[in-house]
Amino acid sequence: MTNSSAVTQSATARSGSTAIALRVVSLSKHYGQIVALEGVSLEVRAGECVGLLGPNGAGKSTLIRSIVGRVVPDSGSLEVFGHAAGSAGARMSLGWIPQEIALYPRITVRENLTCFGRYFSLPRAKLNESVAWCLKWAALEDRAGEISKNLSGGMKRRLNMAAGLVHRPRIVLMDEPTVGVDPQSRIRIFEMIESLRSEGSAIVYTTHYMEEAERLCDRIAIIDHGKIIAHGTNESLVRDAFGQRSQVTARFSGPAAAIAAWTQSRGGRLVDSTAEFTIEHSSQVGPLLESAATAGLVLEDVTIRQPNLESVFLHLTGRELRD
Amino acid sequence: MFSVARTSFLALRRDRAAFVLSFVLPIAFFSIFAAIFGGQHDTTPRVHAIVVDEDQSQASRDLVRGLTREGSLVVATHPEPAGKNAPTPPDYTATTAEAAVKAGDAPVALIIPKGFGTNPVGFDPASKATPIELLNDQSDAIAPQVVMGMLQKVAFTSMPAVMAQEGMKYTERYLGEFTPQQRVQMQSALDDIKKLQSRDESAPTGSGQGSGFGAGVIAVDMRSVVGDNKKNSLISFYAAAIGVMFLLFTASGSAGALLDEAESGTLDRVLSSRVTMTRLLAGKLFYNTVLAFVQLVAMFLWGWAVFKLDFFSHLAGFTVMGIVTAFAVAAFGLFLASACHTRAQLGALSTLLILVMSAIGGSMFPRFLMPEAMQKAGLLTLNAWAIDGFTKVFWRNLPISALGPQVGVLLAAGIVLFLVARRVARRWEFA
Repeated sequence: MTNSSAVTQSATARSGSTAIALRVVSLSKHYGQIVALEGVSLEVRAGECVGLLGPNGAGKSTLIRSIVGRVVPDSGSLEVFGHAAGSAGARMSLGWIPQEIALYPRITVRENLTCFGRYFSLPRAKLNESVAWCLKWAALEDRAGEISKNLSGGMKRRLNMAAGLVHRPRIVLMDEPTVGVDPQSRIRIFEMIESLRSEGSAIVYTTHYMEEAERLCDRIAIIDHGKIIAHGTNESLVRDAFGQRSQVTARFSGPAAAIAAWTQSRGGRLVDSTAEFTIEHSSQVGPLLESAATAGLVLEDVTIRQPNLESVFLHLTGRELRD
Repeated sequence: MFSVARTSFLALRRDRAAFVLSFVLPIAFFSIFAAIFGGQHDTTPRVHAIVVDEDQSQASRDLVRGLTREGSLVVATHPEPAGKNAPTPPDYTATTAEAAVKAGDAPVALIIPKGFGTNPVGFDPASKATPIELLNDQSDAIAPQVVMGMLQKVAFTSMPAVMAQEGMKYTERYLGEFTPQQRVQMQSALDDIKKLQSRDESAPTGSGQGSGFGAGVIAVDMRSVVGDNKKNSLISFYAAAIGVMFLLFTASGSAGALLDEAESGTLDRVLSSRVTMTRLLAGKLFYNTVLAFVQLVAMFLWGWAVFKLDFFSHLAGFTVMGIVTAFAVAAFGLFLASACHTRAQLGALSTLLILVMSAIGGSMFPRFLMPEAMQKAGLLTLNAWAIDGFTKVFWRNLPISALGPQVGVLLAAGIVLFLVARRVARRWEFA
């Protein structure tokens, strides 16, 4: 790092809420012949929540682990509030909430939080204050003395989240924080995340639940095969992928071969015996169904809907299984 | 029934740890016990004995020569030279021989006193045979018996002239004096025996059965110079021997927490904080060292409370040996944990290694019972060095300065094991 760039980074680090919390530039990582990341660039501003979506094996975890310094990229650069990834400054600014319940199961809730706080060398007074804040934030104050492994699944999730925030980071990386929790706990976790956002924390939110990304994220990046293939707000992603078009799904009875041939001839695709079409205007539905009747197909069910984030995701990444 | 059995066989085949424990461990143990107790001729343990000849008579020289030829004994008349080209140190004296036994250089020392040659043997309890002094270390109960037996045997095989002469004395005493002519003939026969004896430089006579304490033709005064005044003399040995073995198990189990943390993702989380891998391992090393030391303290305190082990008068030596032993076993545990990928692997490997180390390192039975090669192999284990150190402290009452080799080896082993563990742990550090 040159002196001038160090100065620039320090200045950036001191700047206010409009500062770039996370800057990823042309990040690449290969494991032998496998491309985990290929030229990924991403910026997250302070106070912003960016969703990271992608199929299994798309490169999300490698990106997250690169940001927290657990993966050394082959090329590219990473900065957290101006600090190089892996540096002490970056570590103090970053909070990582892994998908796994990464806690010490045999010690209490409070002891877990205290341990993780100590790993960030927090002074005693600040540590106590932070632990108290975390317990309140995660609604675990009345469970502070409980052994962690005895907590319910939802409570463990919340403690897992709190343990990543005990050093009060300015940017938080959340890796599928709602996996395996009941709807009540999920709502509570959403509230926790929203309260974090209201305090100005930047968040990178990885999830497979599209509705979570739609609800929580200002911007969404879709990653596949190690590349960011789409990036923008929920609305802009839908608009860019589908324009004003709608999706029509129709189920027919009749010979499967005839249904498949007709679907292909009309530019659609057959998914689980259901024909799917993208139309520019709702007036196109009538002629489409008439054509089916002419082909001898008997309509059983038809749905017209506006595309959403899930439509975009499946449109861009395909429907093939990745595991 | 067969479906259930088939499933179990499939599971066993996939579970390498269980597979190793089922087959390799019993075979390894069988081999070790067979080697120790199998009575193999070329590996029978030889007893080390120091011999001091204060008499320097024909009889005493014959006796020393005879003992030296015994295949089951390793006789030393002087300490080992410091190096290959170093001058031979002066012969042992009664004082230096006793000090050497106390220091554990040999389990037995024989002091042939001045005047031994005058009355070397006796055939009845009332005889005036000059007794040889046998100094022994009670920690080795077998060595003095072997030496006693060899002593009586050598009296017959290496001192024929003396034996014949003594026989004549007894004949005269009980049957009447010889005539001058008989005396001449007897003297002639004795001279012939002496000539034959002086020419006899044949190979060692091999080991034989001893005749037992005090029942032989050579009178022996036995005196324990180590362990004689201890009520429960072997308590400290077993406290150290068993203690070290279980310390190794505890340390490897405790270090296995590293694998649990790696599996649960906690390790990743910790390493994303300000804690580096070196700090993490150092922290675990410190914790495991303290844990192991506290275990040792508890064990020796129990020995003091229940078995009257003389603990508090050896506190300084215990502390030194306890800390270095705890450090070495803690580093060993970390090394194993970092080398393994799963808890199951760690369980199998640690059980195998620790039991083998304990068997050949003296935690299960004293090393002096083992063949020489195995005694030397035992020095590759932490157990042997730790037990030797504790034995020096509690058994031989040696000062801390005498613990140099044990402290040095255990510290060095601990440092090397920790450095290797740190190197191997790089796989967790970055992807």
